[in-house]
Amino acid sequence: MVAQNVFFGIIALIMIYSALKVVTTKNVVHAALWLVALLAGVAGQFLLLGAEFVGVTQILVYIGAVVVLLLFGVMLTKASLGDEADLNMPNKTIPAVIATLMFGVMSYALIDTFRDAELPRESVTNAAAVSDSIFADYIVPFEAVSVLLLAALIGAVVVARKE
Amino acid sequence: MLLVQFLLLSSLLFCIGIYGVLARKNGVMVLMSIELILNAVNINLVAFGTMTSNIAGEVFALFVIAIAAAEVGVGLAIVLLIFRNKNSVDLSSIDSMKG
Repeated sequence: MVAQNVFFGIIALIMIYSALKVVTTKNVVHAALWLVALLAGVAGQFLLLGAEFVGVTQILVYIGAVVVLLLFGVMLTKASLGDEADLNMPNKTIPAVIATLMFGVMSYALIDTFRDAELPRESVTNAAAVSDSIFADYIVPFEAVSVLLLAALIGAVVVARKE
Repeated sequence: MLLVQFLLLSSLLFCIGIYGVLARKNGVMVLMSIELILNAVNINLVAFGTMTSNIAGEVFALFVIAIAAAEVGVGLAIVLLIFRNKNSVDLSSIDSMKG
């Protein structure tokens, strides 16, 4: 239990630092690379929670595909590879106030409600249980997601192609 | 481990993502901030799934990951289209529907 808490703290600190870097850095490519650190941290938290299949999927889909897609977006929109001055809205105070207020309200409500909720000790779920659930209880949403991915693929090609 | 530590971490990530969506001007950077928000939601889903020993939390996290992949694909296509038409991805310059 102590080791898990120590690793939670280390990974959480890395995640918070990378998340702040993603939204504050002046370099688009650096932001994408900080996003990799953040997504790897999220995968680590999934593993700590015993959700091994979700953690591996997180690494495959996010770090393997989404970040590459974002870097393609950076490349194709001809963002300069160095620092860019014109990346933020002129007024950053209002977004900061909104985010701080939201975090204050949410953390108050969460601590008030779940103060003593302890996670179960042995809770590793294997991939077989996840696949049993997907292909038995959630087969209709699964097929819907398949169709959605196809529609998104065709839609992206139609939107982005030249006339 | 306490449940609330995961919930606080995910709400902090969510709020940082909200800040990114509101404060960034580059379209690709806004998409990155949206990824942050979706990941915060995923941590919440998996944490509650573990808490209640229910596999549904993990299944829904997988669905969210799949939909996030679709979302970023379509989003980048839209950003590319904006770039082709306006030669910039500055979101504050897109105001042709402003009343």
